[in-house]
Amino acid sequence: MSDSVATESMIRLVEVTKRYPNTPADAVRPLSMEIRRGEFVVFVGPSGCGKTTMLRMINRLIEPTAGQIWIDGRDVTHTDPDELRRHIGYVIQQVGLMPHMSVARNISLVPEMLGWDKRRTAARVDELLDLVGLEPGTFRARYPKQLSGGQQQRVGVARALAADPPLMLMDEPFGAIDPIARDRLQDEFLALQERIRKTIVFVTHDIDEALKLGDRIAIFAEGSRLAQFDTPREILSRPADDFVRSFIGERAAIRLLSVVTVGEVAGRAPATDRPGEALSAQPEEPVSAVLDRMLTQNRQILEVGGKRVLAQDLLFASTGDRQDPA
Amino acid sequence: MDFFSYVSQHWERISFLGMQHLQLVLIAVLCAGVVSLGLVAATERLPRVRAALLSFTGTLLTIPSFALFALLIPVFGLGVLPTILALTVYAVFPIARNTVTGLEGVDPSVIDAARGMGMSATRRLFLVRLPLAWPVILNGFRVATIMVVATAAIGAAVNGPGLGELIFRGLSRIGGANALNEALSGVVAIAVVAAVLDLIFVAIGKLTTSKGLHV
Ligand SMILES: Nc1ncnc2c1ncn2[C@@H]1O[C@H](COP(=O)(O)OP(=O)(O)O)[C@@H](O)[C@H]1O
Ligand SMILES: [Mg+2]
Repeated sequence: MSDSVATESMIRLVEVTKRYPNTPADAVRPLSMEIRRGEFVVFVGPSGCGKTTMLRMINRLIEPTAGQIWIDGRDVTHTDPDELRRHIGYVIQQVGLMPHMSVARNISLVPEMLGWDKRRTAARVDELLDLVGLEPGTFRARYPKQLSGGQQQRVGVARALAADPPLMLMDEPFGAIDPIARDRLQDEFLALQERIRKTIVFVTHDIDEALKLGDRIAIFAEGSRLAQFDTPREILSRPADDFVRSFIGERAAIRLLSVVTVGEVAGRAPATDRPGEALSAQPEEPVSAVLDRMLTQNRQILEVGGKRVLAQDLLFASTGDRQDPA
Repeated sequence: MDFFSYVSQHWERISFLGMQHLQLVLIAVLCAGVVSLGLVAATERLPRVRAALLSFTGTLLTIPSFALFALLIPVFGLGVLPTILALTVYAVFPIARNTVTGLEGVDPSVIDAARGMGMSATRRLFLVRLPLAWPVILNGFRVATIMVVATAAIGAAVNGPGLGELIFRGLSRIGGANALNEALSGVVAIAVVAAVLDLIFVAIGKLTTSKGLHV
């Protein structure tokens, strides 16, 4: 194996297959895929298409029927599963905190197994609670039942991050949380990922969540067919087939506005010399957010990076490279 | 003579038999605990064997205690051994049943999370499954104990130790002097032993169950 592969690719799935005993069809049919280091990959698809099965094969909670799974250049089927899992964060929808242990103890479990000393572990617990937005003094000694659903999942994320694993597996982690809290958790998690740059494999059945979070999205169809694996932007502008088109729903062009930035779009749009007060924006802001400001402040001109662009041109430049064969 | 004078006059004998009774019960429950936990552990991967064993020990419970003691006489003779053995037989079912129920009742997502973070099977058992099943297991011990306290009285029929002696002797010479008081003192003492043990179990439960489970 060459060095560049070892450093670039974090996970490599080679023809990974799972057939549960006494079932007529593969739960995961031969799947090959490469996930890069530091990449946030989302598996999305209807219920029963094998997302959970695939995710759980990566940390060997489920053994594949055939195929290979490489993590960091090592074939995971030749490693001790417990040792493997201690270095992979795992977050599930039901959270699964140990109800008889305090928040601090829950987070300490993996560091304990890895033989960290008490002081280092305690410092790490406080650091992680801060990181997930829970005040250590308030929450350290609480029990899971004394927390809201959202707070429990924050602890779930902190626990998964405890030993600073390079890889996180997350199975619908925000699926059981009410929509408003979920939105906040997603935003905070994105901000957190900006800082910690983990490789993340994230499962959801919610295409909006996938588009919001993923660097790349794997869309699975029924029968575990991988329909498309690409960036949100490519998926929205060039859906691979009818399944993907129907899965991303009616408003693909509108959704696209939240995944493209004004910086890149303004580069494509013609400059205007029309007079009038412009709204200025940062290049990395999504078009949707900037448009929202333009509408509420009644500005027809955007100024970004010294270039003045009309709202209308901004809109069409955002969605202009969309191809809709239908 | 009224009952209270009877008790104070025979206090030494009653309390001696009471201590014997208590020892008998604790030994039987301890043996049953070892047997039950052993059975549950041995059948961890054999759900059918486990189910069969549970229904078998449940069936043993339906043998009338007098009959069971009598059945053991030809094999083990009279005295302490057959009594302890019979009581152990009775105590196995509630303990084993509750241990299984308690372990099965542990939230599967908690176990999944434990596996997912790399806890070995042994660690999961001692750090997660047993502590979470503990209140239910302990309750099995409590039910077994109270049941055995009452049943142990029958042990006197095979010359076993304990408070049953008071009841059997009293009843066998009913009409005689203080016969009723003697039998009654046995009954009351057994109730007191049961109540005390019950309170002890409540205290043990409070002390050994994580605060996180009852907040
Ligand atoms: N333990 C199992 N035994 C048998 N079939 C299973 C098992 N777990 C999942 N399946 C089946 O495998 C398929 C994929 O399930 P899953 O991976 O949970 O899908 P998803 O997470 O996408 O909803 C489904 O048809 C499901 O019924
Ligand atoms: Mg699933």
